[in-house]
Amino acid sequence: MSTSLEIVRLTVNGDLRTAGVPPHWTLLETLRYAMGLTGSKQGCDKGDCGACTVLVDGEPTLSCITPVWEAEGHRVTTVEGLAGPDGPHPVQDAFDRYGAGQCGFCTPGVLCSAAALLERTPTPSRREVKEALAGNLCRCTGYTKILDAVVDAGRVLAERTSGSGEASHG
Amino acid sequence: MLRLPPYTYHRPRTVREAVELLAEHGTEAMPIAGGTDLVPNMKHRLFTPTHLVAVGGIPGLGGIDLRALDDGGWELSIGAAETLASVAESTAVRQHLPALAKAAAHIAGPQHRNRGTIGGNLCLDTRCTYYNQTEFWREALGYCLKKDGSVCHVTRVGAKCVAAHSADTPPVLMTVDARVELEGPEGRRTLPVRELFVADGIWNSQRASDEIINRVLIRIPGPEEALGPIRSGYAKLRQRDSIDFPLLTVAVSARFDPEGRVRQLSGMVTGLGSRPRELTRWEELATGEPLTDEVLEALSERAGRQCTPLENHIVDPEWRKAMVPVITRRALADLTAPAHAS
Repeated sequence: MSTSLEIVRLTVNGDLRTAGVPPHWTLLETLRYAMGLTGSKQGCDKGDCGACTVLVDGEPTLSCITPVWEAEGHRVTTVEGLAGPDGPHPVQDAFDRYGAGQCGFCTPGVLCSAAALLERTPTPSRREVKEALAGNLCRCTGYTKILDAVVDAGRVLAERTSGSGEASHG
Repeated sequence: MLRLPPYTYHRPRTVREAVELLAEHGTEAMPIAGGTDLVPNMKHRLFTPTHLVAVGGIPGLGGIDLRALDDGGWELSIGAAETLASVAESTAVRQHLPALAKAAAHIAGPQHRNRGTIGGNLCLDTRCTYYNQTEFWREALGYCLKKDGSVCHVTRVGAKCVAAHSADTPPVLMTVDARVELEGPEGRRTLPVRELFVADGIWNSQRASDEIINRVLIRIPGPEEALGPIRSGYAKLRQRDSIDFPLLTVAVSARFDPEGRVRQLSGMVTGLGSRPRELTRWEELATGEPLTDEVLEALSERAGRQCTPLENHIVDPEWRKAMVPVITRRALADLTAPAHAS
């Protein structure tokens, strides 16, 4: 069979990107090895660990088990696209303040799952955070700091939207 | 790093087109929806189709609808490409068959449920400790009966594969006599979910390789029906509640008289053998009785005696056997829970 490259067109972090890829590549392989977006991590590479999590139309998706063609015509957001022009995403800022990054390997996937949760549920309970992050494994087992950070990012977002106080960038 | 084997990816616009592609490429082709089961299996070289026919985006395979039937009942129709997340969150499913919503919500992790579909769950490949491994791992063991080898490392004798049916929604669908609509080159047919699976771990489905599941059809009793509404329950055992496949899943359904006595009771268990199995001789314990602690205890104990877990999972089979009555009791508890919802 032909192993020649085919052109894929993806909307990644707001940009229309095109790349020539082997037709059997996953979304993760395309992001990392054709587009230079190495934030999304290749961990177990079979859909167990969540390190490759990106957002497809805002929904957390395991890019390592998603054929790249499934992402065409949809909005892909990677960890590189979470920050806005005014600075880091509140959950990125909270990770910094709480030391939730640790070794850092699961962090991009966790940040994507958390950002999707905060979009849907701006002030999640600790239980809601746990459920949303159920598919993101942290081998440092530092879940406490991760949960603390996401809950606090929700608090910061609530303060911003209610206008009751300055956003914390402590 | 686990590379996929090379394939051509087809994106048909209609079910008919998809079925024609599957027929055209024969055993070289497989349908793919969310890919959460097939893609990891392809990375392990358990399947190496050279043509993938993507059905997830076909408009005709979506939608969760409730329509009135002539006999006063309702039909809940779930498009096979609806994601497990959308089934879990569907108001109609939560209202009419809460155990199905609960089962869908307990499959794998959130990211899998965002892509994985209910049709895919019905097509889930059977699983075994000796099968769901990389090719390197399997080769080191001389492969196994299900794939590339001739020896079953679970039973060590016999020519029958005992890989476990590991899908959570089929047992629930079986307890309420749901049906699936299949479409193949010869046209459409419907099949009770109870008849969809066969006791062969290598290929445990009546679905032909060139057929696609279109919809899942569930009959909901109307308000006038003498037997009353159907209540449903579901419980699951797994190593990590956050993400894992079932070590054991129990689904139950029941209908009660106005005094709360059992009129009908049905139970299914899966995660043990290659197809879900019915929990039998329950009605003689429960019919005409309210579900008291004593009745629940007797039902759970009987379930435990009927199940013999094998070493097809990484955990101790004796522990799984001991957990059968516990998980059965939890599923039955849903039937009497005040909210009757997950």
